[in-house]
Amino acid sequence: MERSASPQLSDFSLQERDVQHALGRAKTRDIDYADIYFESNISESVSMEEGIVKRAVKHVGQGAGVRATAGEKTGFAYSDDLSQEDLAIAADTARYIAQSPQGEEPIAVTHCLAPTQDLYPLKQPISEIATKERVALLYLIDRVARGYDPRISKVMASFSTEQKAVIVANSDGQIVGDIQPLSRLQVTCIAEEGQNHQVGSYGGGGRVEFSYYFENDRAEEFAREAARQAILNLQAVDAPAGVMPVVLGGGWPGILLHEAIGHGLEADFNRRKTSAFSDMIGQRVASDVCTIVDDGTLPFRRGSLNMDDEGTPTSQTVLIEKGVLRGYITDRLNAKLLGIPLTGNGRREDFRSIVLPRMTNTFMLAGESDPDDIIRSVKKGLYAVSFGGGQVDITNGKFVFSASEAYLIEDGKVTRPVKGATLIGSGPDILKEVSMVGHDLKLDEGIGTCGKEGQSVPVGVGLPTLRIDEITVGGTNVG
Amino acid sequence: MTTALTKDHPFASMATEMLAHARSLGATEADVLVAEGDSVSVQVRLSAVDRLSKAREKSLGLRVFFGKRSASASTSDFSKESVARLVTDTCALAKEVAEDEFSGLPEAESMTQDFPDLQLFDTTNLSVEQEIDLARRAETAALDADARITNSEGAECSASHGTVLLANHHGFIGAHQSSTYSLSTSPIAKDPEHDGMQRDSWYTVKRKYEALESPESVGKEAARRALRRLGGRKISTQQVPVVFDQETAQSLLGHLASAVSGYSLYKGASFLIGQLGKRLAPEFVTVYDDGRMPGGLGSRPFDGEGLATRKTGVIENGLLTSYLLDTYSGRKLGMSSTGNASRGVGDSPSVGPTNLYLVPGSVSPADIIGSVKRGLYVTELIGFGVNMLTGDYSRGAAGFWIENGELAYPVEEITIAGNLKQIFADIEVVGDDLEFRHRVACPTLKIREMMVAGN
Repeated sequence: MERSASPQLSDFSLQERDVQHALGRAKTRDIDYADIYFESNISESVSMEEGIVKRAVKHVGQGAGVRATAGEKTGFAYSDDLSQEDLAIAADTARYIAQSPQGEEPIAVTHCLAPTQDLYPLKQPISEIATKERVALLYLIDRVARGYDPRISKVMASFSTEQKAVIVANSDGQIVGDIQPLSRLQVTCIAEEGQNHQVGSYGGGGRVEFSYYFENDRAEEFAREAARQAILNLQAVDAPAGVMPVVLGGGWPGILLHEAIGHGLEADFNRRKTSAFSDMIGQRVASDVCTIVDDGTLPFRRGSLNMDDEGTPTSQTVLIEKGVLRGYITDRLNAKLLGIPLTGNGRREDFRSIVLPRMTNTFMLAGESDPDDIIRSVKKGLYAVSFGGGQVDITNGKFVFSASEAYLIEDGKVTRPVKGATLIGSGPDILKEVSMVGHDLKLDEGIGTCGKEGQSVPVGVGLPTLRIDEITVGGTNVG
Repeated sequence: MTTALTKDHPFASMATEMLAHARSLGATEADVLVAEGDSVSVQVRLSAVDRLSKAREKSLGLRVFFGKRSASASTSDFSKESVARLVTDTCALAKEVAEDEFSGLPEAESMTQDFPDLQLFDTTNLSVEQEIDLARRAETAALDADARITNSEGAECSASHGTVLLANHHGFIGAHQSSTYSLSTSPIAKDPEHDGMQRDSWYTVKRKYEALESPESVGKEAARRALRRLGGRKISTQQVPVVFDQETAQSLLGHLASAVSGYSLYKGASFLIGQLGKRLAPEFVTVYDDGRMPGGLGSRPFDGEGLATRKTGVIENGLLTSYLLDTYSGRKLGMSSTGNASRGVGDSPSVGPTNLYLVPGSVSPADIIGSVKRGLYVTELIGFGVNMLTGDYSRGAAGFWIENGELAYPVEEITIAGNLKQIFADIEVVGDDLEFRHRVACPTLKIREMMVAGN
């Protein structure tokens, strides 16, 4: 069965013959594999500040990336023109990597198949939502955020949507396409009290319908959350500095897993043995309460995909099972070179970018502890519930991430809010410090973007409440 | 010559036709930005070619104003039909947004007439073989530097050439060409005496091919940097003097650039609101933004709105003397543009620094380190713990512990924290080692004291 939503070559003004010739030209005797990634993209963004929606931006683009691999080598070229000549030039460039003469035989491709899963069946494509409705959404945000507290002095919000149609044709004769919607609503509030100014941010989205933002007053909730955080930070004290137990709240704090573990388990680093996790499969890297997966198959989520950007269906991959390292996430090239399974994690930012193994939605499975007991177990420490961004050096495994909402825990009770807390640790060590995992797994709201080699892709994370016995907190207060 | 290029450029007629089309649909003002470029890059790893990429791309963006309403759109499809659709779509979009009294193009008479040759373009076309050779030599120099360099993330060489053309309703048409050549390598060091591996990298990036540093010097420096990180330890939590090397000091100046951006200021999202004319740093600190520095990585003859770029004193003798502005943020703040409109194709302008630098002092980095009894020398920062609204600063760091004026041992897995306002006020010494490796450049800086968190 084909889904009606699956894009066709004719959408790119292309015929099967053009694709077959270009693939044939790229795939010569010395080339192991060649593929062409066609992409068309419509994106629109409206933004509001100072109580008015004053900016609207639209982008329409298309292009194709041609790739050929030989052993560990990759040749890659892209063009935003899709003429037969441009595809041929790109194919020649890609083939150049193997230094072999031009291929002559066209490669037969069966006509466009749809991926086997449909994780974002939308009744109305988000690109069809009128600008007027997007604008009205932002005015609603402004009203709700300002209404939350008179100390909210500034509200900024943006709503961005994207609709990507992609087709991947490869030298194995497969051709498969997908339509990938994505949207995100982001709210930032500034609270003022005398000379004290503080900021709060919240947002979310996914591969969802426009109506998603109105279910359970979700958009209003985003606005109130951003306002609440800004107001809370007005009374925040300086974060403590030093080693202490830290309790992470559920959901977005899952970026701990993304930074501390996820990147280090991407197959490219492990093939090159440049990751702190290289050659550690089967070894204990976490306490036995930790089971961590990467799962691209959760419906409607920001990090999910019907197929990765090589046409492989996404899947659930167990990275760590009860503390033991089980697997890497892979793209075609690295799976083949390492002789390990394809996990559907070959991703690219767009047709201009090369495929890399990347995470989808990375989260820890729920444990058995009661979240309240976890907090009660800490005499003096930090409770962190929301974060800004994080970063990791995969070679030595050192990672950091910065809290945007955190509290002191004193005698088992959550007390004062703190600001400016940064956590720093070592990937291969940190999960060994996890002693309690809550039964309250939560996924994030859909705001994550992951950067690698200059390419950004949407991702998701999730976490139950958990306790880390020891981690370094970087603040300014030695108290 | 820039002007000759402007008149003859094939995109000039396309742009003027788009402007006329927008006018015919009722637009009161508009501008068009066209960019095209090509690039070739190679990556080698352990001497074998790992990746070869070639690209040619182009895009065009239109911004229209209907009175005080405005919208932008862009496309990479230059066909007649697509361009016509872009114009009608953008005009339709503009009618959906609210009026903004400060919107609009700069005044007609403020458009630049002066297009100096800033030495930004080099026609040298590197062949793929040449690039492979350069990358291999850089990586080999790193691998051969020491037996403890055991692996590599590879080396990359790339060259790109591009043209940008801007045309607007006032009859302004400007174009300029630029090129960038770069070479980098990332070796990995491992030592039986210590657990784990350390990676570091080094690079050279220039407008002109001839100006690139030699592959051998890039490789050796990358190896030196990776090796010196081996055996990093944690240190205990304490307040000490902190010395930032060039690379990390540069990031402090980057935060200054965001804080003095007109957009951060009028949005109320900067810790420097209301500080113009006030003391921000000691008297020996001066920071310039210079858009016309010959060969500069941030240089260009005109900004994203067609205004002349210039040299602006941001901090002079410790006083905050200017914000960085484009037309819109300037109007919001009741000031004139500083020629810092920065803009992607198809977006409205924002503000960006051109070549932003802190004027060097006269003390060598070695003497600065020598002046510290116990403290931290920071060579690497990670994470995003910087709050631009409050100036609160807390980032992951690695570097060296300084004991009696000497680098005693490498340190890692620590954080440094403070507040940017205090950090700038606490600059104690400025090094003599300014080098333009980025658009933002800073010599070594010594900060009186910061909180270091570790054990």
